[in-house]
Amino acid sequence: MADWQIAVMFLAAGLATVITRALPALVFAGRDVPPVVSYLAKVLPPATMAMLVVFCLRKVSVITQPFGLPELLALAATGALWFWRKNVILSVLVGTALYMVLLRVM
Amino acid sequence: MNAPLVYAQAVFRYLKAAFPATIPVLSGYWFLGLAFGVLLTTSGFSPWWAPFAAIVVYAGSGQLVAIGLLLADFDPVGMFLTVLLVNARHLFYGLSTIERFRGWGPWRAYLVYSLTDETFAVFNSARVPDGLDEKRYLTAIAGMDQFYWLVATSAGAFAGEFIHFDVTGIDFVMTALFFVICLQQIESKPNRAPALIGFGASVLALVVLGPDMFLLPAMAVILGLLLAGRSKLEGMEVAGV
Repeated sequence: MADWQIAVMFLAAGLATVITRALPALVFAGRDVPPVVSYLAKVLPPATMAMLVVFCLRKVSVITQPFGLPELLALAATGALWFWRKNVILSVLVGTALYMVLLRVM
Repeated sequence: MNAPLVYAQAVFRYLKAAFPATIPVLSGYWFLGLAFGVLLTTSGFSPWWAPFAAIVVYAGSGQLVAIGLLLADFDPVGMFLTVLLVNARHLFYGLSTIERFRGWGPWRAYLVYSLTDETFAVFNSARVPDGLDEKRYLTAIAGMDQFYWLVATSAGAFAGEFIHFDVTGIDFVMTALFFVICLQQIESKPNRAPALIGFGASVLALVVLGPDMFLLPAMAVILGLLLAGRSKLEGMEVAGV
């Protein structure tokens, strides 16, 4: 592929990305947001974060070795640490380090 | 003091205040960005496409998919449609931030353009420190996140062949970040039912449809359930239970 073709391909990918991010704002540009959208703006973030957790874990197999145990244990540790210290960065970094260790020993 | 100095001090104050909130993203983008850069050059493309893509695309999964399509035929329409589907989840972020970003002018344009999964997650958990302006604070977070991505993807592309240590599993930093923000959100009771809907619908779609097909149907089910349960969920919001 020529350079200009690669550039056009990346621009097409960029256009698609920015549309997914900007479309809702463009649709409601310059007018009042209907109550149903205000409602969605409140309930979508928790629903979406839960969806993203599942999205991150989508390739984990619970029926083959190591049965998703590294993910389960690392998330349990992440969660426990968060409830204990309420520190996002500490929980995330310790959970990830534990996961990397578990991946190598299990 | 002269004006540029005052301005630089203000910028520095916001970056310093926003930096702690971006540390998990720094760890995650460092790894994902290196991976993207290495994949780009080992696929035979010039490393200069890394910073180019970090600016014109700026989407982790979108860029990884793009490399696969770049190895096939020149097909911008196919690229456009594929990335549209891969990044459809961003529609939820745009929808959730319409009112928060309203009236922020050019700040809003940048915040919408740079709204990745990770930046959206941090926006949902970060508290604006006292005395700081919310739009500038969020822009500082978004700008630093994009800077990490730009540097990491470029480093992977230009220096990938010199990187030899095993960092398998460090991408878990994203999973852990999203998980902690989930926990943070369900501390507030009205968020529990929506989180449960998001989790249940995603798991159901994943089990039925498998890892490559589940996301869009999961989004549709989540939207449907949230709309169907609106009167009930809004009642919980008002009652605070």
